[in-house]
Amino acid sequence: MSATDLTRLSAADLAGKIHSREISAVEVAQAHLDRIAAVDDTVHAFLHVAGEAALASAAMVDERLAAGTAPASPLAGVPLALKDVFTTVDMPTTAGSKILEGWRPPYDATVTARLRAAGITILGKTNMDEFAMGSSTEYSAYGPTRNPWDTNRVPGGSGGGSAAALAAFEAPLAIGTDTGGSIRQPAAFTGTVGVKPTYGGVSRYGLIACASSLDQGGPCARTVLDAALLHEVIGGWDDRDSTSIDKPVPSVVDAARIGAAGDLSGLRVGVVRELGGEGYQPGVRSSYEDALRQLEKLGAELVEVSCPHFEYGLAAYYLILPSEVSSNLARFDAMRYGLRVDVGASAEEVMAATREAGFGPEAKRRIILGTYALSSGYYDAYYGQAQKVRTLISRDFAAAFEQVDVLVSPTTPTTAFPIGDKVDDPLAMYLNDLATIPTNLAGTAALSVPSGLADGLPVGLQVMAPALGEAVMYRVGAAYEAARNAEDGGPVISRVPEVSA
Amino acid sequence: MSAEPAPSGPTGGITRDEVAHLARLARLAVTDAELDVFAGQLEVILGAVARVGEVTAEDIPPTSHAVPLQNVFRPDERRPGLDQEQALAGAPAAEDGRFRVPQILGEEA
Repeated sequence: MSATDLTRLSAADLAGKIHSREISAVEVAQAHLDRIAAVDDTVHAFLHVAGEAALASAAMVDERLAAGTAPASPLAGVPLALKDVFTTVDMPTTAGSKILEGWRPPYDATVTARLRAAGITILGKTNMDEFAMGSSTEYSAYGPTRNPWDTNRVPGGSGGGSAAALAAFEAPLAIGTDTGGSIRQPAAFTGTVGVKPTYGGVSRYGLIACASSLDQGGPCARTVLDAALLHEVIGGWDDRDSTSIDKPVPSVVDAARIGAAGDLSGLRVGVVRELGGEGYQPGVRSSYEDALRQLEKLGAELVEVSCPHFEYGLAAYYLILPSEVSSNLARFDAMRYGLRVDVGASAEEVMAATREAGFGPEAKRRIILGTYALSSGYYDAYYGQAQKVRTLISRDFAAAFEQVDVLVSPTTPTTAFPIGDKVDDPLAMYLNDLATIPTNLAGTAALSVPSGLADGLPVGLQVMAPALGEAVMYRVGAAYEAARNAEDGGPVISRVPEVSA
Repeated sequence: MSAEPAPSGPTGGITRDEVAHLARLARLAVTDAELDVFAGQLEVILGAVARVGEVTAEDIPPTSHAVPLQNVFRPDERRPGLDQEQALAGAPAAEDGRFRVPQILGEEA
């Protein structure tokens, strides 16, 4: 197969060919490294490409297979792009920030370790909004990533690099993190699949913290099955993360395979009244309505449900998140690691000068906002009240899931917007997360799967499930994906234009 | 030491002085230009997030972790942490196996 063909295959297909020794893991790695070399000057999905290490890792997989050893995992030898927020001992880890420029972590994240143990070829680290705060990857200290569908547009954020790498065929798999939508929204903007597991489903050990009660690492891919395969590699209890759930990973691969058979009869799908109406781009709404019809054709019963406190989700989130961020980012103090700007005689002055130079505007805004919300006199009215709204949102989900098996909505209110459009208007930027935020606040699971195009740009369908309910969510996602592909004569991603310089 | 700026109520107003004070608390040496921009932006954001106050929630318990776990312990067994070299590997300055830092609690105006 030509190198180009290799980059168009799914992870599942690549794994099959590598494990049957039809092609080598090294060939596959090289094909993707060549693709990165060809297009990443334009796309800028990667902050670091680990060519030698990737080829060495792939070679080891080939050696083991040649010796007759069983593959380390169903994805052994398949390449992957890792969001630069997970620590890697052999690659810099910057979290998209100048304050960690060139930082080499002294330990691997659990996610990193599991990927390596699975024999997955880590191609490099992907671009992101600084410390995972943003919805466009424009707040990266290293320059924006461009959407392969239209290089004048954003790929979404904070995980725009991972999503763009998939959509540009630079990697068949990627890892992201989702705190308010940072996996799902880029997936919607790029015509790819992105999953936010149940909070606690994927270890946060070695995940540079943004908001500790909201952050969750998750799989990104071009197909639901690929995402499921990756989910089973990275998910599961970790004794080094005290918030990780000590229960088996849901059988998402089985669920995706069953779902692909296309029968959703008996399944109740909740259409959330508060998400998907006014304020959503007409093309997004019509793609969504089309998706709902598709789900009905598959046998699902649509039920309208109301989650009345979802409309307070954005407000609660933009109080809780900055509060947690202001605390988490206090560790960047120029003393033990990262940037030091030696201005001033005292530690405090050096800290202040360093943080001023090392953080971008969005990080500073959120630190200041969080400091305000947590300060005495304001704590109850802002942070305390936001935590109560959080309880009410969780209750809305619980009540909804008594009536239905999954909830659906458009993933985002709009399709990908032009670079520069919202970067100076924080509130406009925050509105991107309207539909994704409630899930993070409740700690439940959700995914985005492509639902079509609006004016040539991808639209995503969001499927939400209860905590630890990933199986039903993958089943619905896979069923819908198969039906969508059948109706369109191919997956949405196949219509992505060739990356133009 | 400058006087504490008058606090604004929880209705969304935030003054430039307050932003400067918060920046000092958060150890951020923001510039005058940034203060002007941030004060305006934060005022808008606070106006939007103040919406949480519209919800009647007196008897509602707050949630800090949506999927709460309690008493997550591990056996009290020693296991290796970072060695000294690893711990100092990223240090801006190190000396004699320690982090070398500027004096703490220097004189502030």
